[in-house]
Amino acid sequence: MKCYVGIDLGSTTTKAVVMDGQGEVLGRGITNSRSNYDTASRVSKMEAFVSTRLTLFRRSLQDIPGLEEGLNELLAALERNFRLELFLEQLQDLEQTCLQNGRDLRFASRRKEIATALGAIFETLREKLAGLFAPDVERKSDFFRDLAGSEYMQVAERVAKDGGIDYEILLNLYDKSIIEVENRPPSEDLDGKFMQALDRVLREGQGSGVANEAIQQPVRGALGVELDEAYVVGTGYGRVRLPFPKEHIRSEILCHGLGAHLMYPATRTVLDIGGQDTKGIQVDADGIVVNFQMNDRCAAGCGRYLGYIADEMNLGLHELGPMAMKASKTVRINSTCTVFAGAELRDRLALGEKREDIMAGLHRAIILRAMSIISRSGGVSDQFTFTGGVAKNEAAVRELKKLVKENYGEVTININPESIYTGALGAAEFARRAGEA
Amino acid sequence: MADTTQTEAVKESSMLKQKAMIAANYDALTSTAETGRKVASTFVPGNLNELIMCFDMLNNLPEINAINNGMRKKSGAMIMDAEKRGHSEDVCTYVKCDLGMMSKGNLAPNGKPMPAPDLLMLSYTGCFTFMKWFELLRHEYGCETVMLQVPYEGDGKITRNMRDYVVKQLKEVVIPAFERVSGVKFDIDRLREYLRQSAAAEDNLVWVLESAKNVRSPIDAYFGGVYYIGPIFTAFRGTQDAVDYYRILRGEIEQRITAGQGPITPEGDMAEERFRLVVEGPPNWTSFRDFWKMFYDEGAVVVASTYTKVGGVYDQGFRHDPEHPLESLADYCLGCYTNRNLPQRVDLISKYVDEYKADGVLINSIKSCNSFSAGQLLMMREIEKRTGKPAAFIETDLVDPRYFSAANVKNRMESYFQMIEQRRKGTTAAA
Repeated sequence: MKCYVGIDLGSTTTKAVVMDGQGEVLGRGITNSRSNYDTASRVSKMEAFVSTRLTLFRRSLQDIPGLEEGLNELLAALERNFRLELFLEQLQDLEQTCLQNGRDLRFASRRKEIATALGAIFETLREKLAGLFAPDVERKSDFFRDLAGSEYMQVAERVAKDGGIDYEILLNLYDKSIIEVENRPPSEDLDGKFMQALDRVLREGQGSGVANEAIQQPVRGALGVELDEAYVVGTGYGRVRLPFPKEHIRSEILCHGLGAHLMYPATRTVLDIGGQDTKGIQVDADGIVVNFQMNDRCAAGCGRYLGYIADEMNLGLHELGPMAMKASKTVRINSTCTVFAGAELRDRLALGEKREDIMAGLHRAIILRAMSIISRSGGVSDQFTFTGGVAKNEAAVRELKKLVKENYGEVTININPESIYTGALGAAEFARRAGEA
Repeated sequence: MADTTQTEAVKESSMLKQKAMIAANYDALTSTAETGRKVASTFVPGNLNELIMCFDMLNNLPEINAINNGMRKKSGAMIMDAEKRGHSEDVCTYVKCDLGMMSKGNLAPNGKPMPAPDLLMLSYTGCFTFMKWFELLRHEYGCETVMLQVPYEGDGKITRNMRDYVVKQLKEVVIPAFERVSGVKFDIDRLREYLRQSAAAEDNLVWVLESAKNVRSPIDAYFGGVYYIGPIFTAFRGTQDAVDYYRILRGEIEQRITAGQGPITPEGDMAEERFRLVVEGPPNWTSFRDFWKMFYDEGAVVVASTYTKVGGVYDQGFRHDPEHPLESLADYCLGCYTNRNLPQRVDLISKYVDEYKADGVLINSIKSCNSFSAGQLLMMREIEKRTGKPAAFIETDLVDPRYFSAANVKNRMESYFQMIEQRRKGTTAAA
């Protein structure tokens, strides 16, 4: 089947959307941009095709008698197990790479200890991390680096202490190896991994009540559907890095405008807060951009602002919003400079302000800056769609709603759970229009 | 405006002519010790070149020196030097570049030291930094300083009173100061003759600038335009050289129109004209070529710009008038773009968008320019409302290389061009 792909290379994450010829979204994929847009683009695309396969499995299995109720569970189990297969493959790659790097001349006298220590570390990692893909386990991140990294540090520290080997060496090996592993594409045999995953799912008894063959056959059939990458459009900051001709590249402004229009056709104003830029976009009834403004030379008030604050406070990015929601008042924080905001934050803490209240102030600061960019682009018209990573942050959303109401009155505000894919969605639609034209 | 270091580009006769004129002027400036000629320093807006020539004096323009240093990649170190000596990061980078140039030997592009000015001639035409700049220079050189107070066009028009006030100062303050410094008696007929030559050059300059009204413009009225305004904005207005330059230039552009050619770029003739823009604000000089490339690579031509009017808004009818010499110098100073209020600027830009059939307006806001960055966002909104064309806003700097972020500017320009393209195609061909 003909597939149209949109890839959005952001400063933090890279997103891909696969669409069919009728404009229906088949799959979405995301990965960290890891300063290597070639790999990021390849991995996000692969993820989107994996997700496309899952959509095809669903389509092929949905009419099987007896499976109706268990279908969601079955598909979830299949995905979990498939990801486990991928994860284990990468973990093995990491082990081999660490061993390889451990043979460096610098470590000539300690090769044996290093190999033993790595063996012990990875054995523990395999056991512990497989559990991450058990049912109902919430993973902190979808990225291999995050999942493997923190656990490696902990285990390595213990192994180093017990085995009398320098922890710094183990850390050094990891840092060098993870970059190589991350930038290596997974092996091509995705179909094989799906079938292995399915075997495991069936062994574990999912899909009970239906004969194994009744499930295996449609899955095989869905795997047999050839996914033809008919047209790819790239967007985002890294777009010049894409190995595409110029006509396959669109600015993220047009893609976000069109993406928001596809999600909510009545959209007239779009606000996107990404990692390093904030965009205010005005679109017409057809999703055509009629005006836009972006932050200029300074990236204060963008997603990275929150990332910086999270680092300053030793918190995870996803913890900031919930903390701010507990505020009883909003402490005033300036929004013009990210680094100064960090200093203000420490100042307010020293003055005895509560962390929650300071967090509320920081979120307000971001949105105040966004409001100024929106007004520069022509203000807020009904309906208003908020996209980008920051749209997932409930405290930012709360401030935005407040400020939009104060300044522009009652306006419908749309926030899609898949809003992080808005740019990639628009890019995929551009690809579809070009391919179907 | 005038860059003397362009290399690969093919040189047309007008370019060679201008290059020779600039070189000769720097040679004259750097040999005053031998020739005994006196030097006046002044600024581009409100530049009274014809008057200066009446006293056999040379004209040195610090802004032009800063631009030259910016284009020759020397301004960064000069600015750092000025900052080291206590000038703030927020100060106009032309000023800091000039001060840094002085501390680095004050060398002209020919490698010889610039002379100390004998007179600082400040025509105050809307930029308050000029005043501070000359205060610093006066402190440095301790030479005679004259300030011509040109009333701001706050109400959007030049009144009789305003003109009389400027003329009175010319008669009572400016001319006597020049006579005193130069030892030459003022001769109004000599001034008339220079003004006659100015007007002749101005006619051809306007013809050249308005040639961009052709769809498939033969010129770029911003990146190319800064070269075209070179002679008339600087030490050549009123000279036979300027008259000759504009005659040659006009001939070249006429040929381009006949041959159906687009503007010349550093990489040769521009292939296709896809976008027509009006630009407000000066160009960035330190990355001038890179900035220009972002336009011509996309087929974007600037058809009109306000920067090419800072030293005189000739295309709106003003000409130096030998019949009313002092009055026309007054009108010239009063009418410079920098001396016009915001509504007048909005009127002018909106008019350009219509008359030059532009697709939109770009504002290049200057980080270190406090005089002219204020109000640009309001202007932008008003222009969009009146013309229905979209505007883009970027921020760079004059000659501080630290404030040109190529990736960001390119990103915004590309998005802007694609938006115009999409709007033009409409829904059916939105791909």
